[in-house]
Amino acid sequence: MKDDAAQRHILPLNLYLAVGSGLLVLTVITVVVAQMDFGPMNLLIAMGIAVIKATLVAMFFMHLKYDNKIYMLVFSGSLLFLGVFIIFTMFDTLRRGDIYEEIAEPYLKEAVIYRKAETTTALSHPAADTSNTASDTVTSDH
Amino acid sequence: MEHTIPEKHYLNEATGWKSWLMTLDHKRIGILYMIMVMFSFFLGGVFALLIRWELLSPDKILMGPEMYNQAFSLHGIIMIFLFIIPSIPAILGNFVMPLMIGAKDVAFPRLNLASWYIYVIGFCFAVYALFTGGIDTGWTFYTPYSSESTTAVIPILTAAFVLGFSSIFTGLNFIVTIHRLRAPGMTWFQLPLFVWAIYATALIQVLATPVLGITLALLMLERVVGIGIFDPAMGGDPVLFQHFFWFYSHPAVYIMILPGMGIISELIATFSHRRIFGYKFIAFSSLGIAFTGFLVWGHHMFVSGQSDLAAVIFSFLTFFVGIPSGIKILNWIATMYKGSISLDTPMLWALSFLILFSIGGFTGIVLGTLSIDVHLHDTYFVVSHFHYVMVGGTVMAIFGGLHYWWPKIWGRMYNETLARIAVVMIFVGFNITFFVQFIMGTQGMPRRYATYLPQFQGMHGFSSIGALIMGVGFLLIAIYLIYAIFKGKPAGPNPWRALTMEWETPSPPTAGNFEGQPILEHGPYDYDKVIPENALKPYKTI
Ligand code: HEM
Ligand SMILES: [Cu+2]
Repeated sequence: MKDDAAQRHILPLNLYLAVGSGLLVLTVITVVVAQMDFGPMNLLIAMGIAVIKATLVAMFFMHLKYDNKIYMLVFSGSLLFLGVFIIFTMFDTLRRGDIYEEIAEPYLKEAVIYRKAETTTALSHPAADTSNTASDTVTSDH
Repeated sequence: MEHTIPEKHYLNEATGWKSWLMTLDHKRIGILYMIMVMFSFFLGGVFALLIRWELLSPDKILMGPEMYNQAFSLHGIIMIFLFIIPSIPAILGNFVMPLMIGAKDVAFPRLNLASWYIYVIGFCFAVYALFTGGIDTGWTFYTPYSSESTTAVIPILTAAFVLGFSSIFTGLNFIVTIHRLRAPGMTWFQLPLFVWAIYATALIQVLATPVLGITLALLMLERVVGIGIFDPAMGGDPVLFQHFFWFYSHPAVYIMILPGMGIISELIATFSHRRIFGYKFIAFSSLGIAFTGFLVWGHHMFVSGQSDLAAVIFSFLTFFVGIPSGIKILNWIATMYKGSISLDTPMLWALSFLILFSIGGFTGIVLGTLSIDVHLHDTYFVVSHFHYVMVGGTVMAIFGGLHYWWPKIWGRMYNETLARIAVVMIFVGFNITFFVQFIMGTQGMPRRYATYLPQFQGMHGFSSIGALIMGVGFLLIAIYLIYAIFKGKPAGPNPWRALTMEWETPSPPTAGNFEGQPILEHGPYDYDKVIPENALKPYKTI
């Protein structure tokens, strides 16, 4: 079966050594780059190198490149979902402070509200009901 | 035709309690799950009735506000984590799925048994919490309250955490089983749609549940050592908890509904005696739901203080989850069109599902609309929406499925008349209970309160009467189903004359399911080619 073949797959030692030295070189680059200041690019560069290293490890040392493609799919799938989680959450956290300017305009000046004349207590007051609930909604989960 | 129960079957092949507690047979594990999960349903139901009783009047009847908070929290937690999430996959998925694909068992029988034990451990933690202070955070465990509540938050979080592992084990097992153990000749597009649904569910279980684990673990750390991740005073963010929670829990609503949709596909095809319409659309819409379900969680947070940008994006994306569900509903209706429909009990449950789930789905779209949800959030409108999908959808499907496969599981038939009465009681009782809640919600009745303005008393009372009708209905079902196990008429291998593979085994099936490895000879819905009978025909094996 295909999977068994994949398990028996043995890579030449040279490839391991090549990938291994590649990782070492990248590590050196990381250290060197950390000494310099690229401003906002700092994080991007560091993460970029880290991603390349992780990919190398997954592809060659963990044999993802030679295995059944389904594992590749599963692996990248999990990364995709992690990405979705972080990015979508950042749509919130990075933009939390956005306040839009609002302009007040008079609206339906002649509108009237009808209610039974004798009910004057706050409880059965329709307008009071809605404002009550509005404040309830915000706090009820806490 | 008179049928008899076969002499040897999985129920009597081995006897004694040890043969059950140590069993590796997927069918027996399904039954072990059935016992625990249905008991949880009963417990959750008791809390539901307590809530409805209290709401008969705005004044205190049974419980004060603190007790009331505990009652709805326990109701929610039990129903979600102990009942609805495990229900269909662990009971019917376990029992039926391997039979449907012509397998002798699931891929990892020991893992399967382990998942049941883990479930039991989770159950014990929940019961422990119940007796050591209860829980009053609601099933959503929102911070900051959950990091301060003096109730047994840690035990209940542990329970949900542990139960998550049981769910992951089941999902993992099913994915491998469906990939590996299909009978020769059974290509992906020859799979019964229930199997597709279980497969899509399993993907979500494996992808989303770990996030729940992380979330609950973070909350425990917050409580125990005060790491401050959700505490603004320490630079944390309470709304972050909601992101974590709903990243799992919105996909989890599809863990709850997808398997139900799978059951409905089987029921509609079988009782319309017709090839299912749009097979591939139904199959792929399951995957579509599984995927889009991951992109909409923020619709639970429109008024939680998330940014306007996020709210708009999540509202926009929420409309897309309606599409795959809509595709399914239309395909089911198209299947029934010009079919020769027989209204046996399982079909009645399926029809109830169609009506109620549609209402639930449409009101979901209403709630997904940002500007409307700002008003309806945390009102009874939401309560009604999710009960229409979870009870009107999933619970209808579970009971449809239980009635459909009951003769396969036990080899015996239940009383059809009582069963039809029960279905009608549940359908009517359900609508009485929940329809008025939409109206109350739009009038501003907030959820999770022990009391209310006097103007709502009529509708709350009406709702409580409906709940009572449902309670009696479920009791009736329990009685005739259990009676059928012992005294029902032998059903024969294929009482509904269906074409999926589980009906080619005797009822109840033998311990090893099939003699040898069966080969698929016809598709699951080939009603235009094959005329099924209620008798055992030798199938081809290798
Ligand atoms: C057409 C598909 C659906 C849409 C568009 C939808 C939309 C929504 C929205 C927008 C809310 C938030 C309302 C609020 O809190 O203000 C909500 C709540 C909820 N929905 Fe749905 N929904 C859908 C299907 C489902 C399904 C299939 C289930 C479960 C089987 C479900 C279960 C729930 C639950 C449990 C809540 C309440 C959560 C809580 O706050 O406790 N929904 N839904
Ligand atoms: Cu949701």
